[in-house]
Amino acid sequence: MADILVVLEQRDGMLKRVAHEALAAARSLVDAQGGEVHGLVVGPPGVATDGLGDAGADKVFVVAADDLQLYQADPYARIVAERAATGAYDTVLLSATAMGKDLGPRLAARLRCPLATDVTAVAVDGDLVVTRPVYAGKAVCQVKITQRPCVISVRPNVFAPVQSGRAATLETVDVESGEVRAKTVRVKEPEKATLDVAEASIVVSGGRGLKGPENFHLIEELAEMLGGAPGASRAVVDAGWRPHAEQVGQTGKTVSPTLYVAVGISGAIQHLAGMRTSKVIVAINRDKDAPIFKVADYGVVGDLFEVVPRLIDELKKLRGN
Amino acid sequence: MKIAVCVKRVPDSETRIRVAADGRSMEPSGVKFVLNPYDEFAVEEALQRKGDEGEVVVVSLGDDAVQETIRTALAMGADRGVLLKTDGVPPDPLVTARLLAAELEGGDYDLILFGKLAIDDYHHGVGLMVAELLGLPCVSSIVHLDLSNGKGVAEREIEGGVEVVEFSLPAVLTADKGLNEPRYPALRGIMMAKKKPLEVKAANAESGGMEIVEMTLPPERQGGRIVGEGPDAVPSLIDALRNEAKVL
Ligand SMILES: Cc1cc2nc3c(=O)[nH]c(=O)nc-3n(C[C@H](O)[C@H](O)[C@H](O)COP(=O)(O)OP(=O)(O)OC[C@H]3O[C@@H](n4cnc5c(N)ncnc54)[C@H](O)[C@@H]3O)c2cc1C
Ligand SMILES: Nc1ncnc2c1ncn2[C@@H]1O[C@H](COP(=O)(O)O)[C@@H](O)[C@H]1O
Repeated sequence: MADILVVLEQRDGMLKRVAHEALAAARSLVDAQGGEVHGLVVGPPGVATDGLGDAGADKVFVVAADDLQLYQADPYARIVAERAATGAYDTVLLSATAMGKDLGPRLAARLRCPLATDVTAVAVDGDLVVTRPVYAGKAVCQVKITQRPCVISVRPNVFAPVQSGRAATLETVDVESGEVRAKTVRVKEPEKATLDVAEASIVVSGGRGLKGPENFHLIEELAEMLGGAPGASRAVVDAGWRPHAEQVGQTGKTVSPTLYVAVGISGAIQHLAGMRTSKVIVAINRDKDAPIFKVADYGVVGDLFEVVPRLIDELKKLRGN
Repeated sequence: MKIAVCVKRVPDSETRIRVAADGRSMEPSGVKFVLNPYDEFAVEEALQRKGDEGEVVVVSLGDDAVQETIRTALAMGADRGVLLKTDGVPPDPLVTARLLAAELEGGDYDLILFGKLAIDDYHHGVGLMVAELLGLPCVSSIVHLDLSNGKGVAEREIEGGVEVVEFSLPAVLTADKGLNEPRYPALRGIMMAKKKPLEVKAANAESGGMEIVEMTLPPERQGGRIVGEGPDAVPSLIDALRNEAKVL
């Protein structure tokens, strides 16, 4: 039976939560079709790999070098493609993060194979059948993969990590350095580290209802109280109140957090496209007819400048107890 | 500089999607089609970069209707267009990438630009695939670009940061929102676009390794409820989130 190769993403030498999610997705496939799950870590020396067996891997390959600390598209693509060609893999699985979205198509082109990105469900029905949103989530496709191998990337926050009770064997692989056509020279990080909307399990987004950039401390505070990330509508990003990285929607990020709080956001179709798969949606808006209430599980009709401070207060009290 | 821009015709972002009778595609009747929004950034960047002696060539794959989309890019200021004519756009992005790569290969382009993704299929794949097939350096989803003396530095947003990537030309870049402000075609541009060359070439799209077996609309979200009005609703909201939804 064919095996699955899972690219395990690290940042600053630490495996990300999405690595466990990707292993969970691979595990569910292998449980249905047989074969093994092999993880592959590409990064700097010393990435901690414990717990990967429990998370679903039968075997973990590690490729470590100092110059692989940052994501480098060319060597990463070469290393993963070489590994994929070495084993009996019918699927290469990644996370649909900034890295996975860049790496996946490169792998598919190198392996001359199909690519299904941002997958939200996997199933085996003779062939592999994946579910993926299209039209910014306004529709969902079931796609049958008729040629193998294939490359698929899974959307963050969709597959829950598993505890399989396995122990994985570890193998270090040496690779020679090859051509680097485009080189990542550094990563600029904001002075204040914030969680990214696409990866956060709670997102608090603000819209034009906030009246101006000076009021976004309300959004930041609420996000922080909830342990989530601040997000924004396009209207406020275009106005320059918030960075584009925070934009949720058709021309921003698609998010599926457990809790999405929309504050002073009307709920335009392009915004809904980016957040409608959130598990629980809360809307705070003073217009009871705002379209956002049609998708919200819980709505509060009112002035956000009164509701949000109260919400922050009550959460603080809760935290205090 | 000689620059190619690959553009796709897609349903306008306002479209309410309906499923066609075949159960696996979008019902196209009554839908307004536009130049993919991310491709607008790519066209704009090409126009700003081409210089006096330069040329901007717009390439698109699809059926005859795509000519209109190419004309939109010509109206923005591109010099000529190429339509790779197929019956439709194949579901497997590698098939599209191969046909585009074959057209671009040997074209002597300094830059080949794409949108970061097409807002219909959402592959986020074709540009990167073309780069790999052509063996060219590629930076995807860029929000900033500096070019001088055949070298480039591009920035792309990643989770909680911005990657700074260096490369040399020729190169493939895919554009994200934020790279520039695309211009609207002016009336004069629209008139001139009608006379610009648009070459139509028959292309043969293979079936590829993907087949859409079903398209559905996502389940409507279960109707929620208004927990109350004003700040006094906050305790009930918190209670619902803790005890009903169990997300706090
Ligand atoms: C091609 C294209 C792509 C797009 N992509 C995106 C995208 O990715 N993401 C996105 O968000 N949009 C996108 N849009 C824009 C979208 O159509 C809307 O214009 C935008 O989402 C509106 O942002 P908003 O809800 O913040 O502002 P508005 O629509 O102005 O809504 C403000 C809301 O705040 C409420 N409000 C005002 N004051 C208060 C108060 N004191 N208390 C409580 N509530 C208050 C109002 O009732 C109103 O509902 C796109 C548009 C196009 C054409
Ligand atoms: N049929 C097509 N014709 C020309 N360019 C395309 C086509 N499909 C995709 N592209 C280009 O590839 C980018 C990414 O598309 P996709 O990989 O489908 O999300 C688009 O923004 C276009 O620049």
